[in-house]
Amino acid sequence: MTPRAFSPTGIRFEKIEKRYGGLHAVRRVTLDIAAGECVALAGRNGSGKTTLLRIAASLVRPTAGSVTFLHDGAAGSAKTIRTGFVAHATMVYDELTAEENLLLFARLQGVEGATARVEKLLGEVGLLERRRSLVRTFSRGMRQRVAIARALLNEPAVLLLDEPATGLDPQGVSWLAGALRAMKGQGRTMVMSLHGESEISALASRGIRLEAGSVVADTQSGANLKSILTFAEG
Amino acid sequence: MATLSNTAVLLGKEVRTEFRSRELLTTTVVFILMVVVLFSFTFDPSESESRRFGPGLLWLAFLFAASLMLQPCFLREQTNDTLSALRLAVSDPFAIFLAKLIANTLFLFLTELLMLPVFAILYNVHILSVTGQLALVLLLGSLGVAIPGTAFSAISAQARMRELMLPLLLLPLLTPVLIASTEATAALLDPQPVLRKDWLGFLAAFDVVFLTALWLFGEYLLEE
Repeated sequence: MTPRAFSPTGIRFEKIEKRYGGLHAVRRVTLDIAAGECVALAGRNGSGKTTLLRIAASLVRPTAGSVTFLHDGAAGSAKTIRTGFVAHATMVYDELTAEENLLLFARLQGVEGATARVEKLLGEVGLLERRRSLVRTFSRGMRQRVAIARALLNEPAVLLLDEPATGLDPQGVSWLAGALRAMKGQGRTMVMSLHGESEISALASRGIRLEAGSVVADTQSGANLKSILTFAEG
Repeated sequence: MATLSNTAVLLGKEVRTEFRSRELLTTTVVFILMVVVLFSFTFDPSESESRRFGPGLLWLAFLFAASLMLQPCFLREQTNDTLSALRLAVSDPFAIFLAKLIANTLFLFLTELLMLPVFAILYNVHILSVTGQLALVLLLGSLGVAIPGTAFSAISAQARMRELMLPLLLLPLLTPVLIASTEATAALLDPQPVLRKDWLGFLAAFDVVFLTALWLFGEYLLEE
């Protein structure tokens, strides 16, 4: 994986609340995530994991509260701090090739040496030979590789991953776990929503369980961490 | 500056995906062709009737075709949640609108230019001497359709009954554009053609007002 070219960044969620009409998606969530920490968000469907991640990425405006990215002693947001987001959907265009997709997002983000950066990332995710193929001809696993490469284009200090293993076969999950392990090793802060235990959940150094939009458990110890992730299944 | 460079990159993407699939251009050309041909067969208009009713019919066909063309503009960004990826990547969300509305104007204008000779032949009107002026009216009219159309496409993409929502929101709002474009076109098809600067000014003002509103409030239309 690419050598580190970013400053370690922590995230502070302060009294985050999100309501959709009468529905509380997130209820007064306060969390401090240290720079370089790898956090697993667990919980049943509808517990607020995705909403919390989308709020952190500045894609959803919270009803109340704020998210602050703490970077080199200064505060910022996902708009000002380099952040990578991998969502449940691939967030890439089926009608473009893998290379065209990555070049598009690299140019939008003002990545210097976009062509070289894209080629390097395509090599890292194992798609260099298929770079000129349309994404719609790819398997789910290959699309997810393009999605991960897209999230890494701007050397993000923070990675927000919403069920990144969705649709991947066991081989794909192993590849993803390896890629995330390397990113964790580089000191990137990672927050990922997960369902149950897997090779990917084993990377987490901290587990947070959400229920009906509230944090009901937050642990860093091995046994409790496992129980948090196991409970989330189903 | 970043807004303009992002707009150029996104415009390139819009044009590339459209010319690769040709979905929008084909559908719109076929739709306008059907309306123009069917009306011509139904009424078999004389030259004076064509000059009287032709411009209105032509612009109505353009308007309905535009509502078809604008529908997938933001809808297809939802397939893989690419709109979120764009929002994360651009520094100014107005670039997303600007690229889409330029692309929509370009596609609509291209369709209109293709349909103009067909209209002239079927309705027996002379356009050769006023082609340049007609192109100016078509461009300003297309911009007037595309600016609010792109904004409402973003709104309707997130709504229920979205296929119905866009024409319901858009068509009443575009009545002034329809009137101004029809009047300006009719004046050019007259035996003594004249470029009506009052209607052109009205179209330009409409475009500026809606473009400013989109620049000011567009960001909120993209929020979840």
